[in-house]
Amino acid sequence: MEILTQIFSLETLSSTLRMATPLAIAAIGGLYSERSGIINIALEGLMLAGAFIAVVVSYFTGIPWLGLLGALVFGGLFAMIHAVVSIKYHADQVVSGVAINMLAAGGTVFMLNIIFNTSGTSESVNALPYWGPFKPTVYIGLLVVFIAHYVLFKTPFGLRVRSVGEHPHAADSVGIDVEKIRYICVGISGILAGLAGAHLSLGVLDSFREGMTAGRGFIALAAMIFGKWTPFGALGASLLFGFSQAVQIRLQGLGIPTEFVQMIPYIFTIIALAGVIGKSTPPTAIGEPFEKGKR
Amino acid sequence: MEPILEMKAITKRFPGVLANDNVNLDLYQGEIHALIGENGAGKSTLMSVLFGMYTPEEGEIFYKGQKLDIDGPQDAIELGIGMVHQHFMLVPTLTVAENIILGSEPKRGLKIDIEKAIAKVNELANKFGLQVDATAKVKDIPVGMQQRVEILKALYRGAEVLILDEPTAVLTPQEVEGLYQIMESLTEQGKSIIFITHKLKEVLRISDRITVLRKGKGIGTVTTSETNQKELARMMVGREVLLEVEKEEADFGEVLVEVSNLSAFNDRGMEALNSVSFQIRAGEILGIAGVEGNGQTELVEVLTGLREATAGEYNLHGDSLYNHSARKIKEAKVAHIPEDRHKHGLVLDYTVEDNLVLGYHYREPFAKGINLNFNNLAEHANRLIPEYDIRPQNKEALARSLSGGNQQKIIVAREFDLGPEFLIASQPTRGVDVGAIEFIHRRILEQRDEGKAVLLVSAELPEVISLSDRIAVMYEGEIVDIVDAAEATEEKLGILMAGGSLEGGIANGS
Ligand SMILES: Nc1ncnc2c1ncn2[C@@H]1O[C@H](COP(=O)(O)OP(=O)(O)OP(=O)(O)O)[C@@H](O)[C@H]1O
Ligand SMILES: [Mg+2]
Repeated sequence: MEILTQIFSLETLSSTLRMATPLAIAAIGGLYSERSGIINIALEGLMLAGAFIAVVVSYFTGIPWLGLLGALVFGGLFAMIHAVVSIKYHADQVVSGVAINMLAAGGTVFMLNIIFNTSGTSESVNALPYWGPFKPTVYIGLLVVFIAHYVLFKTPFGLRVRSVGEHPHAADSVGIDVEKIRYICVGISGILAGLAGAHLSLGVLDSFREGMTAGRGFIALAAMIFGKWTPFGALGASLLFGFSQAVQIRLQGLGIPTEFVQMIPYIFTIIALAGVIGKSTPPTAIGEPFEKGKR
Repeated sequence: MEPILEMKAITKRFPGVLANDNVNLDLYQGEIHALIGENGAGKSTLMSVLFGMYTPEEGEIFYKGQKLDIDGPQDAIELGIGMVHQHFMLVPTLTVAENIILGSEPKRGLKIDIEKAIAKVNELANKFGLQVDATAKVKDIPVGMQQRVEILKALYRGAEVLILDEPTAVLTPQEVEGLYQIMESLTEQGKSIIFITHKLKEVLRISDRITVLRKGKGIGTVTTSETNQKELARMMVGREVLLEVEKEEADFGEVLVEVSNLSAFNDRGMEALNSVSFQIRAGEILGIAGVEGNGQTELVEVLTGLREATAGEYNLHGDSLYNHSARKIKEAKVAHIPEDRHKHGLVLDYTVEDNLVLGYHYREPFAKGINLNFNNLAEHANRLIPEYDIRPQNKEALARSLSGGNQQKIIVAREFDLGPEFLIASQPTRGVDVGAIEFIHRRILEQRDEGKAVLLVSAELPEVISLSDRIAVMYEGEIVDIVDAAEATEEKLGILMAGGSLEGGIANGS
């Protein structure tokens, strides 16, 4: 009983929403990229870089909103490395993503040292203000999900994105610029991953910590897969995973090993991939470089 | 009258291949212009140049008197040129309407105006007699409808000139008939059509003029009313071609293949084969006729180990092969030419050499222990490529880069070379040229004359009638009748294929 009231308290529910926000935002980022046919396991690194830039900009300007903007811009630009390498040079998208993750992990530690002259944690900076019970990024995150649904399933752009991820040659044959669509989508995924990172460093906390994303980029990917590559599915999965993280914090000290709770998102993902809860099929052309003349 | 479109001295090279060599083509408004030639002659390439998918090294294109500078399909589409590709360009997960509007979507505010799209699609469909289900997903509709969707896609974009690359290769005879009517109604409404095919009878029936390509060169353009099949075949191949192979008197031996009461489900879990029984003797070709989708595909899959049967028996030489694995069945010397070469016959990103041993690669002489024997692989390829006239003669080429007909020859070479006891050939001449058809037909008859058993499934009734010794007609998963090929006619088979019976059908005077 004790445990149940602990789990379903109002506090857990609001912390669920806070925990789910970065997952949902990054998952939507991954969704744009993967729906256009580009695997994006760089979300983790893009988030980390976004979290860092947000703090740096807030530190120098004193304005957290500029920090947020900086994270968006930098996330988008940083993702362009992944875009150019995979779209223009047809490199393996998983390898490119791993490289970005490593670059971000190393780069943030290095810059932390140079800018703040510390290792581990930055100084505290001005964080985003509360809007009612939550930070603005929580509301923005929800908005991002609804907009993604609208864009992907109601607009011409979304139709083109889906066609490019399923059958790029068909899209090409009706005059759609496959590469342009993919650049835009990878760019959006970088912007959203940056937003998710800023939520962690300026929303949840007011500073940057080494490796502070702690695998959330991968959990976001899991949420995207568990949500069957749809925005609302990804939101649902993020809430579920966010809930499991919130519970994990509550359960600390109650004698249940937290490792078990940490495993939950991954176990769900494996179950989803194994097809237990209906089939979760990725876009057909995912991971395949597009070569125009090829048939 | 001036031609609406002129292609002048087009030259297009691929690495190591001169695909178009100084080719000319002109098209008049309202004309159906057929483009024919052997596999790999450069037909699809020439049309892809016109549609802006490839940039030619040399040559000019004039459209309505103006010199064109086409850079990408978008330009061609804007000019009013539409193309239906040899391999369909449809997104399976999108609906028919979405596929048709893709790239030129009607909008209301920021949104796609899907109601307007569906209305427009239905309006076009009615105007040209192209019946489609606008809200169905493309992956759920039959190929015949996919074809109509492709044509609608071009018309929706306001195509004045329509390129059809082998549109009839995957259609049933009824669907082909429907397509002709569509083509005629299109030209009546002022559209012009370039039409690629290997079927000379079709060409003579439907086209106004014919341009022939051979090995990348334009051989000439003739007026349809002044030519005939023999002349066209000679222009295409450069020699006399036997349009119908002569068949020797059959010499049947004992029963080799025995199938009784075989049943199976299709992919959707519905009964697709219902208690099918037949026998094939040594030295006999059993043809299977039927409208596509009446269980032929499932029958072949069960016989080759690609699908599990739910009941029945299947013996070769008295040994049961019932529900054995594909590998076991291959090892029992059952050869298979699959109907969908991209799905089952080839690995497109492997070389010709590797594809020539696919499925046999683990055995002597191609493998020794866990290693492949590269010398033997190369030798095998060097022998088969000229013997089966696979072009280009390059064993290192990727299967993907070959033309459709040459891809088919790779499979035929592989499956025939290993001396099967029982040959299962499903649509063996789909998409191949007259020369290759003659060649494949000869090889099939050779198998029979050597005392092997052959099961021939084909949507081409003339092919079934001329090759088979007996013909089984399938309808809704059952064999409704087995007739002697000598007594079979297209009409008789047509009645059976539609589910009628010969007594009833003939008594009704049809
Ligand atoms: N993208 C490509 N890369 C390399 N070679 C190619 C490519 N496209 C075509 N070829 C080669 O160019 C030649 C002409 O091919 P094309 O597809 O135009 O022939 P086709 O006349 O349409 O044949 P089919 O009747 O078999 O479809 C062939 O030798 C083919 O292998
Ligand atoms: Mg072709």
